[in-house]
Amino acid sequence: MNILNLFVIIPLLTIFGILFTKGLKGARVVSAIGMGIQLILAIVLAVWVHHLRKSGVTDEILFMTDYVWFPSLNIHYLIGVDGISSSMILLTAIVVFAGIFASWEMEDLQREFFISLILLATGVFGFFISLDLFTLFLFYELAVIPMYLLIGIWGTGPKEYSAMKLTLMLMAGSAILLVGVFGLYFNSAGPDGQLTFSIPALARLDIPKNIQMFFFPFLFVGFGVLGALFPFHTWSPDGHASAPTAVSMLHAGVLMKLGGYGCFKIAMYLLPEAANEMAWIFIILTTISVVYGAFGAIWQKDLKYINAYSSVSHCGLVLFALLMMNRTAMNGAILQMISHGLMTALFFALIGMIYGRTHTRYINQMSGLMKVIPFIAVVYVIAGLASLGLPGLSGFVAEMTIFVGAFQHPDVFHRVATILATTAIVVTAVYILRVVGQFLLGQIKDPHHEELTDAKWWEKLSLVSLLLPIAGIGMLPLWLSNTIFDGLKPIVEQFTMLLP
Amino acid sequence: MNLNDFLLMRHELLLTALIIAALFYEIFASNKARKNAVIFNIVLFALITLAGFLPVSTGELFGGSFHNSQLTALLKNILNIGTLIILFQSAAWLKKPENETKILEYFILIYSSLIGMQFMISSGDFLIFYIGLELATIPVAALSAFEKFKKKSAEAGIKLILNSALSSGILLYGLSMIFGSTGSVYFTDVAAAFNGNSVQIIGLIFFIVGMGFKMSLVPFHLWTADVYEGSPVSITSFLSVISKGAASFIFIIILYTVMKTSSALWKDLLYVLSILTMTIGNLFALRQNNLKRFLAFSSIAQAGFILLGILGGNQMGMTAVFYFALIYIFTNLGAFGVVAVISNTTGKEEITDYNGLYRTNPLLSLTMMLALFSLAGIPPVAGFFGKFFLFTAAASNDSVKYYILVLIAVLNATISLYYYLRVVKAMFIDKSDHPIEKFKSDIYSKIGIVLCVAGIFIIGFASLIYEYIYQFSIGL
Repeated sequence: MNILNLFVIIPLLTIFGILFTKGLKGARVVSAIGMGIQLILAIVLAVWVHHLRKSGVTDEILFMTDYVWFPSLNIHYLIGVDGISSSMILLTAIVVFAGIFASWEMEDLQREFFISLILLATGVFGFFISLDLFTLFLFYELAVIPMYLLIGIWGTGPKEYSAMKLTLMLMAGSAILLVGVFGLYFNSAGPDGQLTFSIPALARLDIPKNIQMFFFPFLFVGFGVLGALFPFHTWSPDGHASAPTAVSMLHAGVLMKLGGYGCFKIAMYLLPEAANEMAWIFIILTTISVVYGAFGAIWQKDLKYINAYSSVSHCGLVLFALLMMNRTAMNGAILQMISHGLMTALFFALIGMIYGRTHTRYINQMSGLMKVIPFIAVVYVIAGLASLGLPGLSGFVAEMTIFVGAFQHPDVFHRVATILATTAIVVTAVYILRVVGQFLLGQIKDPHHEELTDAKWWEKLSLVSLLLPIAGIGMLPLWLSNTIFDGLKPIVEQFTMLLP
Repeated sequence: MNLNDFLLMRHELLLTALIIAALFYEIFASNKARKNAVIFNIVLFALITLAGFLPVSTGELFGGSFHNSQLTALLKNILNIGTLIILFQSAAWLKKPENETKILEYFILIYSSLIGMQFMISSGDFLIFYIGLELATIPVAALSAFEKFKKKSAEAGIKLILNSALSSGILLYGLSMIFGSTGSVYFTDVAAAFNGNSVQIIGLIFFIVGMGFKMSLVPFHLWTADVYEGSPVSITSFLSVISKGAASFIFIIILYTVMKTSSALWKDLLYVLSILTMTIGNLFALRQNNLKRFLAFSSIAQAGFILLGILGGNQMGMTAVFYFALIYIFTNLGAFGVVAVISNTTGKEEITDYNGLYRTNPLLSLTMMLALFSLAGIPPVAGFFGKFFLFTAAASNDSVKYYILVLIAVLNATISLYYYLRVVKAMFIDKSDHPIEKFKSDIYSKIGIVLCVAGIFIIGFASLIYEYIYQFSIGL
């Protein structure tokens, strides 16, 4: 039995287990156990992949298993991982695990909440192990039902509006994506005339350039919507701000990365010539994303909105780096996905905890919180520093690699775009430090805030489980970037052939 | 006729026997025994449905007017299953005091309509096809007016009969032109003589218009919403699922076999009709508040999606249509089953009445949600697979024109998600001061709903079913 199947089976078993529990206590314990096992498995997988690579296994894809599903359409249940997807699985497992503990004290319909949350995670895990476009799309869409319910039922603020907006925009994104998927499928006839959805098989094909040019925008924009590509990012601030804590964590931390991962693993990997040809359009759009997101964050007063806009900026940077199409920048992009996933999840977890205590998310209504809730406040500062790229934390490693890679292009266009994008680093520093200064430091204004209590054990566990990898990547980036590097090899080779 | 000939007409003859049995039951049963009419009919019909799955004998009868093949037997079985679920769902409604005297009429009319559809599917010439079509429609008009003391129900019956008379007229006119031009009503002869001259083209267009009424394609859909709203819930589900399914079955078979030489023309026509049907059906569904009207417009939009499969023009397309129809039966009946149960118990049919339903009746709400997501085509439920394969079929033409069609279709699926989510929102998110109270539904409704939920989950993942349909399907 393939270890990868467990990544789908365990969440499903956990859901099944939750059905037999009563009330909050049972549901959260079962969820924590299930996702704890999942986390251990993910660590085992990541270490195993690393070990296999070290011992000289050069297969492009590891743990590959292939079951024929719909023979007449040649749809397979084809799974396997490489260095990138195993790292993304680890990221997902960490964020879900932390999310369960961040929702330790749900108030309403607890069982349903945990079921939906884990169903959402199932879709993400399935997405990362799939190598067949049909299965991949199925898992991708699986997230829709739980996502709507999670935001609509347990959200805050204009939750119904946000849930609807997010669901419909992401559905529209996948609508565009689907056309691209069909384009690939019906142009995939190999020598034997057999059409295929399999990504490795499609990668070996030589699709004519005019067909690539037609379908590349569908695939890239389709995934780009989920990756908050400007101007399709508008679901993100509303959605993330209204969602309950764990969902914001999972959505900003992992689901948005699905977009970047798809752009990379499907759009660019399968249609390299078109990607090369059309990159400039998307470089412009992503540069706007990066800068606009950062400036957007400056003007916000709501902590969640600040973080949501900052996510737009950081996820824009992921796509920006991918489009630079060289080894260093792409390596940086994947590092950024993981680093931002952890960071933003940490932010949302912290914001949820602060909101649970102060019942406000407006920074001008809080001040001096460092004195009453030091643990949460200190972690917030560390997360902020990681976000603005302080050396020693993961953000620095990722952004540094990206900009070094991006600057390798000698032409004016790429250089200008890179310089513009780097301004985001400065702007990030502005809004992070401003926020920290306003609501964590200074005197306590609101007398009610004097009695706040610091983090409980489950909150500490949730925060630490996110903080450790952030520091880990910052201190020892090499093991991760080596693992990623193997996954990058095939696609980088494609692009080096194309580029002069 | 020898035994084999009887076996060929097994579906139809068994149903005829059941109708006769029901008639005798009506005449001879004592008042006490009448109380068991529902269980009597459901059990016998379930047996007939099972008998449909026995090994099929293939061949023709009456000089080619009637033929039976693996494919037609499969389609008849699909219709039988759907009808069986509807019978389960209508049991509670039939047992109401005002309907008690008419129980057997209800069953006899449903069986008659079903027989008509089965003849229509097995037809080998346009005469049997037409007779089958009429036999399938007229009893349903009577059923629509079943609650004749309700104004809306009576109105629905009249509207249905007038509209189907008009559409049959158009259809028949078209068929007469085809007969005049080709000199035959037999499908095989017509197919051989079909060369696309102008008389035949007009005949073809009239045929499509006539079938457009039956399948409620836009712009021939105007009767649909009123009839669906006025009819009793079980008849609405019969109309939207079984009638529509049967019409689309024979529609695709005739287009693919008899009129294949003019495929370029009817493909263009259906291309436009499909875009119109999906889009307008969806736009009207956005604003509906009555659930039956809401499901009516949603079913119009679904018919537009079915056309995508027909447009595929290959084996994949035909499979997608039949597979989708099968899924659609379970899905839509799931939704209608919930509406029927709630309507029978509380008389409420508005979307706002469903506010807060999850907190009082969680299982019904979950069923409704699954059914709606399946209609919208969201995994893991079967609707996703059905829609995906319809889109695949349309995209298989592999030209820019058809990729645009697929894009429009998928965007329409997104629009449809909006209104399906409205109901989900009412049930799960909105709070109500007077939610529908917790109630227990009867055993028949439960069986009906459980069957639907099982179908919604299983049919998608079970690729066997898809492959089974695929091996009997044909292309242009």
